[in-house]
Amino acid sequence: MAAISLKAIEKSFGDTSVLEGINLDIAPGEFLTLVGPSGCGKSTLLRILAGLEAPSSGDVLIDGRKVNQVRPADRNLAMVFQSYALYPHLTVGQNMMTPLRLRDLSFAERLPFAGPLLARSKYKVLWAQVTETAKILQIDHLLDRKPGQLSGGQRQRAALGRAMVRKPAGFLMDEPLSNLDAALRIHMRSELAELHRSLATTFVYVTHDQAEALTMSDRMAVMMDGNILQLGTPDEIYNNPRDIRVAEFVGAPKINLLPGHLDSNGHARCGGVVLTRVAATSSDKITIGLRPEHLSLCDDTDPEALKGRVVHKENLGADIYLHISMKDGAHRLVVRAAPLDGVAVSIGQDIAFKRHHGAAMIFEAGGKRIGLDNNAGTAVAEVA
Amino acid sequence: MSDTTLSSTSTVSLPAFRFSAAETLKHAVLIFGSLIVLLPFYVMVSYSFKSPAEIMQNIGGFFGAQEAFRDDYCIKLGNDEADCMVTPIIYNYTTAFEKAPLIRYLLNGVIVTASIFFIQVLVALPCAYALAKLRFWGREAVFGLVLFCLLIPVHAIALPLYIMLAKVGLTNTYAALIIPWTISVFGIFLMRQFFMTVPDDLIDAARMDGMNEFSIIWNVMLPTAIPALLAFAIFSVVAHWNDYFWPRIVITGDRSLFTPPLGLREFKGDADGDNFGPMMATATIIVAPLIVAFLIAQRRFIEGITLSGMK
Repeated sequence: MAAISLKAIEKSFGDTSVLEGINLDIAPGEFLTLVGPSGCGKSTLLRILAGLEAPSSGDVLIDGRKVNQVRPADRNLAMVFQSYALYPHLTVGQNMMTPLRLRDLSFAERLPFAGPLLARSKYKVLWAQVTETAKILQIDHLLDRKPGQLSGGQRQRAALGRAMVRKPAGFLMDEPLSNLDAALRIHMRSELAELHRSLATTFVYVTHDQAEALTMSDRMAVMMDGNILQLGTPDEIYNNPRDIRVAEFVGAPKINLLPGHLDSNGHARCGGVVLTRVAATSSDKITIGLRPEHLSLCDDTDPEALKGRVVHKENLGADIYLHISMKDGAHRLVVRAAPLDGVAVSIGQDIAFKRHHGAAMIFEAGGKRIGLDNNAGTAVAEVA
Repeated sequence: MSDTTLSSTSTVSLPAFRFSAAETLKHAVLIFGSLIVLLPFYVMVSYSFKSPAEIMQNIGGFFGAQEAFRDDYCIKLGNDEADCMVTPIIYNYTTAFEKAPLIRYLLNGVIVTASIFFIQVLVALPCAYALAKLRFWGREAVFGLVLFCLLIPVHAIALPLYIMLAKVGLTNTYAALIIPWTISVFGIFLMRQFFMTVPDDLIDAARMDGMNEFSIIWNVMLPTAIPALLAFAIFSVVAHWNDYFWPRIVITGDRSLFTPPLGLREFKGDADGDNFGPMMATATIIVAPLIVAFLIAQRRFIEGITLSGMK
């Protein structure tokens, strides 16, 4: 278990700045996910943490010790790569033994042929560690195979095994699941989270998949353009995004965004829709965000009903997402419907839906979230 | 209905043999070309079987009649005529080994080509690794120089090389045969192109596991580069086994340092006149190891050519 701190990390390649002053404290035993679209600098940050890349400025601290000048192997971190990066000429067992050999054996003991004779007992100990780890990952029957003979999932486990054998202070994972097929990826999510709980070690996990970040992490850091936009628990990030880019990135299908303005009383308005809650400021250009689950189908007699035409229907089984075009395509919203309600809806149909009160988020023109108050005193009579 | 359509198409189309003018022309050209290339080999092998008379009169087909003939040299030594009757094929091949120390030449060939290849790999792998995977100032310029060196013909620098070796006093040594070829820019180029295709993650994983850059080269890059290395081995070994030009320049006196191609000269311009039978037998023996090696590694060889042609 290790506490990892990144202090004012900056990195630029030539003129392009990739990381702009990242500060991040990772608690011992935490599962922290760095999530963001490709090119946001999350992998670079992980590589700086691993020591594979040197920061242009800033410090990396592991358990309070500054490790900027420490070689990757001596930082006692293990890394799992997207491509698994197993040595293709070695068997799974040899692959897993490599980090142990390099750490625990002297140069003479590592020599081919002579080494195993010189240090038989040491090799036995190392091999025992390898088989023990392999058993945990259920790949003990594959130890004699070469990586080329394994399936994607098995390779993934072998790569995990190679990282686990030396019992590192922390695991760094660079999109380890993105080469797996969809079903296996979802299965491995829970398996990785379980592994994290049983190992009780710090995990730093990089992904571009917001679903992985939401499902697995203790805390997640949403990165964009070389900055951390928001750091918090998955629940916090999803329900309370501080920035419009975070709100857009997290959540699938994407949050619905509607242009609007704040009137003099601080009520957000979009067309005929007015929010009850008020903001402290007023502004003529804001964006209102509504997640698909904040909207639901209703009767068209309902006083709050909004009307639109269904242009696309996504049936996910447990949920049905209806893409609705309003005002002849001026706005497009996604509405989540329960399967029972949604099945009957067909494309091209006119439909009525309403929003749930208190769920909308509003963002200023620059993208920052504007706080809303349930200030009943100044509230005008409730308008739809 | 689908049955009938299926059966009708299968009977109408695709007969066992179909004449195609384009394919025929292609094959005709290729066969003609390979005949031109193979003809000298045919003559070489054929002459190595025949008696001098058959060679001179150009009779006896491929294998010759294999009738015993009188060895004049044997008579000169004062032997009885009955003892000097020899079968051509046996005579040619035994003379090849007796008249010149062919075994010694072959051994020299093995020592020289193996040392050259070994040192070439020792130099080329780290160079190629640095050029392909490390970021340093001036890397592109260095690679440009490597490409430039590919364009320098050996013969253009042969004289300065010879003078340098002579000044150091290395002519007529194994060193003179080996040293000029130890740095192969072609090898560096070929391996660099191959290393470019090795994923960076693999190298990063090795670094995380605790390898230093040199052990990455020998423990990770070398095993993954075996196919490319085999292709390079064939290029290198063929070039230096067959090389006549350079050994001819630096080996001026000492016959015990002759490489196989130099050994061929032993049969040329003797007082007895040209002795083609044993000469061709020697030539056959010299090329045999390469042909065997090629047949074994044929696929690798073709891979190597396509590899070097890539990019």
